Amino acid sequence: MAGQPKAETKSFVTSGDPRSAEYENNAFHIAQGQKWYGWFNCSGCHFHGGGGMGPPLMDEQWLYGGRMEDIVASILYGRPNGMPDWHNKITEQQAWELAAYVKSLSAQPRQDALSARADEMSNSEPQTLQGRKKVVPENMAPPGSEDR
Amino acid sequence: MMRRPALLPLLAALGGCGGLQTIGGREGRDAAIINDLFSVFCIVTALFFVAVMAFLFAAYWRRKGHRRDNLPDPLEVPTKSGALRVALAVWTGAVVAGLVGLALASYFTDRSLAHPNPGNRPVVSIELIGNQWWWDVRYHFQDPSKNFRTANEIHLPAGSPAMIYLKANDVIHSFWVPNLAGKQDLIPGRVNDIVLVPTKVGHYRGQCAEYCGLQHAHMAFDVFVDTPRDFARWMASQSQPATTPSTPQQIAGYEFFMNRQCSACHAVAGTRAGAGTGPDLTHLMSRKTIAAGTLPNGTGPLHAWIADPQGVKPGTNMPYIGLNADELHNVVAYLETLK
Repeated sequence: MAGQPKAETKSFVTSGDPRSAEYENNAFHIAQGQKWYGWFNCSGCHFHGGGGMGPPLMDEQWLYGGRMEDIVASILYGRPNGMPDWHNKITEQQAWELAAYVKSLSAQPRQDALSARADEMSNSEPQTLQGRKKVVPENMAPPGSEDR
Repeated sequence: MMRRPALLPLLAALGGCGGLQTIGGREGRDAAIINDLFSVFCIVTALFFVAVMAFLFAAYWRRKGHRRDNLPDPLEVPTKSGALRVALAVWTGAVVAGLVGLALASYFTDRSLAHPNPGNRPVVSIELIGNQWWWDVRYHFQDPSKNFRTANEIHLPAGSPAMIYLKANDVIHSFWVPNLAGKQDLIPGRVNDIVLVPTKVGHYRGQCAEYCGLQHAHMAFDVFVDTPRDFARWMASQSQPATTPSTPQQIAGYEFFMNRQCSACHAVAGTRAGAGTGPDLTHLMSRKTIAAGTLPNGTGPLHAWIADPQGVKPGTNMPYIGLNADELHNVVAYLETLK
């Protein structure tokens, strides 16, 4: 791990950000996030949530935290081992909408905000038919998963 | 009788039958055929309408029964007169002939629309992709190195059929240039097509004709029918990469464009901006309008659009970036080099 840039969260996205509540359970923002997910090629690494070169987004493990603020920080400022920083490449609103969509992949938002059908071809059940996955914090993630 | 010639153009103007975008246009082969059929329907149905009204008023004026004083009555018509039977037979025959005539006219119009220009292969092939709310235009040629992208503007050579492949990225849209041809839908997940045969050089306007969301009304495009020579010149200039910026302000705008949000969606051929989700800006200044006909193209509207796209066209996918005044001037200065 030596030589890797140190992960840091800028003060700009702080815990308890009011935008978190605004975006998280909003069907429009989740749908917009799904569009940006395709536009900005998130699926190039994360696929449609199942993970590939990048970690899966539809499971219960959150390497850098599963709150909206953590996800937005991951998107805007990047994370070591490959996640690029999107600050100034996309707008903050787009980052919040992406975070709302990423949370919806593991059925975190309210049922009435979740999409009943994904835009892409999919052989998994829609999130509306899945139970909300428990968020495993970083310090409780299984050993080895932090290397992904 | 003196007023009638003056009244006709007025009525035509009221009906929108003139100008850039009109259902009365005859500047395309299909539009002319459809207009002929429309005229046939108008005339035939007008004649029948007059006949029905004549019968109705005749029935109204006709006297039934006898006068009480038994004097002879010139308006009295016997109930079972031969003239009425003849009139009824003629009427029935006319209705049958009229319906058969209109059906035949429809059939032959449909057939001639379905067989565009036998023996005349389309010389232009365009892939037209509908998006909320703009048109992505991709010209394809035998030599793929000449292919280019543009947006919200189509150029066609007069007199040659143009093949247009219609696709959609999000919802159903409909392609309609009323001066040239009828409508054709753009449906996500499938490819539709339409052949346009423009016959007259000119500037026309097209419009999305299937409600597609908030800014459906601001989803227009320009169609330029050029002489073959003008078209070849336009084609040659469009397949060139963008010019390089020269002044410090233009270079600053270029740097902003390449390093910030702009290049995440927009492409400029010949630079490292190659994204495919927003309109291609390689020859932006050659276009007549911006934001799919929302604003005319020019320095002022470009500033307005980039500073606050959500104010100009609420709901558009172009986001508010929050540029400061210098950044805004620089980016517009750079965009104005894209001729």
